[in-house]
Amino acid sequence: MAQYVLEMDHISKSYYGVPVLKDVTIKITPGEIHAIAGENGAGKSTLMNILFGMPVIFDTGGFDGETRIDGNQVKITSPQKAMGLGIGMVHQEFMLLPGFSITENIKLNREITKRNPVSMVFGKSLESLDFGKMNSDARKAVNQLGMSLDETRLVSGLPVGHMQFVEIAREIDKGDIKLLVFDEPTAVLTESEAQMLLKAMKDLTAKGISFLFITHRLDEIMQVADHVTILRDGGMVDQRPKVQITIEEIAAEMVGRKLETSEILKRDHLYDEKDIVLDIRNLKVEMPGEEVRDVSLEVQRGEVLGIGGLAGGGKIGIANGVMGLFPTSGRVMLENKPIELNEPMDPLSKGIAFVSEDRRGTGLLLEQSIEMNITTPTIQVHNRFLKKNFLTPWLHLYDVVSIREHSLKYIKELDIRCTGPQQMARRLSGGNQQKVCLARAFSLEPKILFVSEPTRGIDVGAKKIVLDILVELNRNHGVTVIMTSSELGELRKICDRIAIVSEGYLAGILAPDAPDVDYGLMMAGQKTEVV
Amino acid sequence: MLRKITDFLLGLGIPRLIIIAFLVILFIIAFATGLAIPPLIGDSLRRIGMAGLFGLAMIPTVRAGIGLNFGLPLGILTGLLGALISMQLDYKGFHGFFMAILFAIPISIVTGIGYAKLLSKVRGQEMMVGTYIGFSSVAFMNIWWLLLPFTHPEMIWAIGGSGLRSQLSLRNHTSQVLNDFLKFEIGGMVVPTGLLLFFAFFCVLMYFFFRTKVGLAIDATGQNENYAIASGVNTKRMRTISVVLSNMLAAIGIIAYAQSYGFLQLYSGPMLMAFPAVAAVLIGGASLTRATVTHVIVGTVLFQTLLTTSLPVTSQLIKGDVTEVARMIVSNGMIVYALTRRSGKGGK
Repeated sequence: MAQYVLEMDHISKSYYGVPVLKDVTIKITPGEIHAIAGENGAGKSTLMNILFGMPVIFDTGGFDGETRIDGNQVKITSPQKAMGLGIGMVHQEFMLLPGFSITENIKLNREITKRNPVSMVFGKSLESLDFGKMNSDARKAVNQLGMSLDETRLVSGLPVGHMQFVEIAREIDKGDIKLLVFDEPTAVLTESEAQMLLKAMKDLTAKGISFLFITHRLDEIMQVADHVTILRDGGMVDQRPKVQITIEEIAAEMVGRKLETSEILKRDHLYDEKDIVLDIRNLKVEMPGEEVRDVSLEVQRGEVLGIGGLAGGGKIGIANGVMGLFPTSGRVMLENKPIELNEPMDPLSKGIAFVSEDRRGTGLLLEQSIEMNITTPTIQVHNRFLKKNFLTPWLHLYDVVSIREHSLKYIKELDIRCTGPQQMARRLSGGNQQKVCLARAFSLEPKILFVSEPTRGIDVGAKKIVLDILVELNRNHGVTVIMTSSELGELRKICDRIAIVSEGYLAGILAPDAPDVDYGLMMAGQKTEVV
Repeated sequence: MLRKITDFLLGLGIPRLIIIAFLVILFIIAFATGLAIPPLIGDSLRRIGMAGLFGLAMIPTVRAGIGLNFGLPLGILTGLLGALISMQLDYKGFHGFFMAILFAIPISIVTGIGYAKLLSKVRGQEMMVGTYIGFSSVAFMNIWWLLLPFTHPEMIWAIGGSGLRSQLSLRNHTSQVLNDFLKFEIGGMVVPTGLLLFFAFFCVLMYFFFRTKVGLAIDATGQNENYAIASGVNTKRMRTISVVLSNMLAAIGIIAYAQSYGFLQLYSGPMLMAFPAVAAVLIGGASLTRATVTHVIVGTVLFQTLLTTSLPVTSQLIKGDVTEVARMIVSNGMIVYALTRRSGKGGK
């Protein structure tokens, strides 16, 4: 038998010229649990997509490096092929049929059948299902995980934690499984369920099954992993046996020092830290995938406040909640006056603007001209760019001339590369679309500006310009900026304070020059304190 | 130069080119067989003016993202009610025409609000549900045409003395009031100036409406609801306004239609009136997500001219009437064509 069950050797991958994985090598021995740690965007999911031969990899030009299973080089070109080679995947989102029983879910497409008179005439596809055998197989797989579940129950009635176990049981039941990939399996589990899962993993390694374990919970890595690989920005930062590494080291290496030395605009006068412009109390936001459970936050007038945290932790939900885009409860006070929640017009008219993280979905009218994109919210909220006419007061026509003037001013100021103010927003590059979104928010002349993921999906040069614009707005126009971002580096570059949100709660507020370890631990939910 | 011409033609789109080509052939045949062309054109103009407002009624709902208003009969019924009330009170001429509109508008606003409420409950299926709203409201009114307490002798059945007739002549009331306004004739071509001006007036109104704050909000709602919400637009209200507007235009449309036709058609008369209107705007180049005044004008002109000219021309060639067949093929074919194109993804 070969020494390694899986070797991924010198894997590199780039999307449209942007490298996302740089020379990553992972080797896993039979019965090993190999943990991969890294921030969002570090390249973990790309690595898994390569391992599973996902179409997205081949649609974008394949990858460099080679994969070996049991020492034999393989080309995995589709997920089916990966499964055939004995690689199983437990997904973050459940791939289960709710109306089917546990057994049916586990055995789907691998049913055990027996012959009957009809099938003798018409062939194998009409054989009847052997539920007795299937149930006992399913029970065996579930029991291996240390669970006792009635295998004939429907999946739809199960608690989420148990659904996760059904998924895993399905992979185990495949029998010839060599390697299981767990992509954040404990994210939806309670503490005790997570412990059960970790124990089951340990038990399964005794049978020679290896694990590739992706998780944000660093203590779980310390508990079960044999080896740890740390990815950052697509590169492999570290790879060590677990016994040689501490939780603090993992945290620090995950985050890394990404602070660039390039200068940002200095403040010419300090702002008053006592002057609270926006007071958020017990905010709860029901935003799918970014739920905010209970966040209280005080925003000081004139500061640049960062909100960071892992994807799905709820950081995105805060701005969306305050702006009334998702069902929200709690209390938000602007200059000691309450803001009406769930009513987008209210925060907008009181001087809070928002640049959405969902640029194409919420930020733009893709089929409309740049100028209408920039001015529509201002027309709706402040009744600007309207001219008086013979019609009734609420039916003023919009004023093409002043709209054009206004848009040209912003196109020039923000350096939006376009053929003119009438170009369709769809035809712009990501960076320029983002600038249009910024212009749209600036036109509202806000006191407070929420910006979510302002640099997501745009190239490096545009990133710098967007951040510079935000800093300029803060310094020269006194606008309080609240920036939500997955990129800790950029938060630490321009923010005065950074709030870290984890699993829907505020984990703490850090200074931009706080040690990497603190950031890493807070993001992983290991540490909560307010500095 | 040649390039410019081909660009212009391609910009029109294949469906329009086919219909224009077909129209040209029809006119050539008409000329060759000795049919008088000017009356044909005059007739077409009259039909265009009659159908124009129904086409315009499609614009608000399409732009609010609801899709084509297949529930047009609902608005038409409210227009008929307005016309009936005006007739019962024996208003005549222009007076009767405008009184009919005045009576119809409040009814169309109230029913429009109800219709919009219902549509907001079936998001994504508005066109399907709208079709059945149209059909069932026609069936519902079939009962009421018999029960409503109208008493004017020109309106009720001569025998029995109660219940409205299925076809009411407007000869003594509003017949031809718009058509005859500033009417003139050149070489056998009668131009119904008043009717065309009426249509043009609503075209201009519609054009300017979409340049107002409310119009812009409706546009934003239809193009990207999330954008609209994030811009402080009450999208539900905008959809309601657009449905009410559409309903109102249908009501006014039938009053203008009836004065030109000379009759009010009750019972199953309004049943299928949504389909030609839908077909016309689609022929004009509108899609399920985009419709402009230009689309309506181009579509109505092409579609109505085709209908008016094909009847005399084909009966000249073939003994027998194939117009009805041609009309069905063109209008329903056009609807199918538009519905099968990928909707929502910014059609042409």
